[in-house]
Amino acid sequence: MPEPLFRPGERVRVLKAYPLGHVRTPFYIRGCTGVVERLCGAFPNPEELAQMRDGLPPQPLYRVRFLQKDVWPDYANANDVLEVEIYQHWLEKT
Amino acid sequence: MVEQPLRGCHDLGGLPAGPVDRGEHDYAEWERRVDAMAVLLGWKKLLTVDQRRRNIEALPPQAYAALAYYERWVVALGQSLIQRGLITTAELARKMKEVENRA
Repeated sequence: MPEPLFRPGERVRVLKAYPLGHVRTPFYIRGCTGVVERLCGAFPNPEELAQMRDGLPPQPLYRVRFLQKDVWPDYANANDVLEVEIYQHWLEKT
Repeated sequence: MVEQPLRGCHDLGGLPAGPVDRGEHDYAEWERRVDAMAVLLGWKKLLTVDQRRRNIEALPPQAYAALAYYERWVVALGQSLIQRGLITTAELARKMKEVENRA
């Protein structure tokens, strides 16, 4: 597995990108900033598998925690969180 | 340039929607067969979940909305087999015509 770039507790921003093809990063979370909750492991890149390639080397996958109020414009409860599993190549340091 | 970033018609998170139907239902025989076909192709390394998803997501929005869950799978499986060279479009068309004529 390639060296994970992020550690639990680190702040990360999801790329605000809209490529073609099969993408597992939900539309609504792109551009949002959250905190790495855990490293889930590393898996063949689904974007590559979708195009009949091997998806190697495996991409680290993280569970990232976002505050709901940072995701939705008019969200009332300041403490509610939302967790999304996101591949490393969709994340950048803030 | 498009003004709205490209959002797939399947990528609905956060959009207004009605309540989720939590009712259970049985599967029709053809639906079980489609599922079995996808599992078999996976075992034989001829299909990945991601290729199937890609082909479902590539459906035109009107078709995506109109087709039932396993109908989308059928289309995606056919498309995947064509992409891998396991069947040709002409063979698929002929077979579809043959099945249609059974009725």
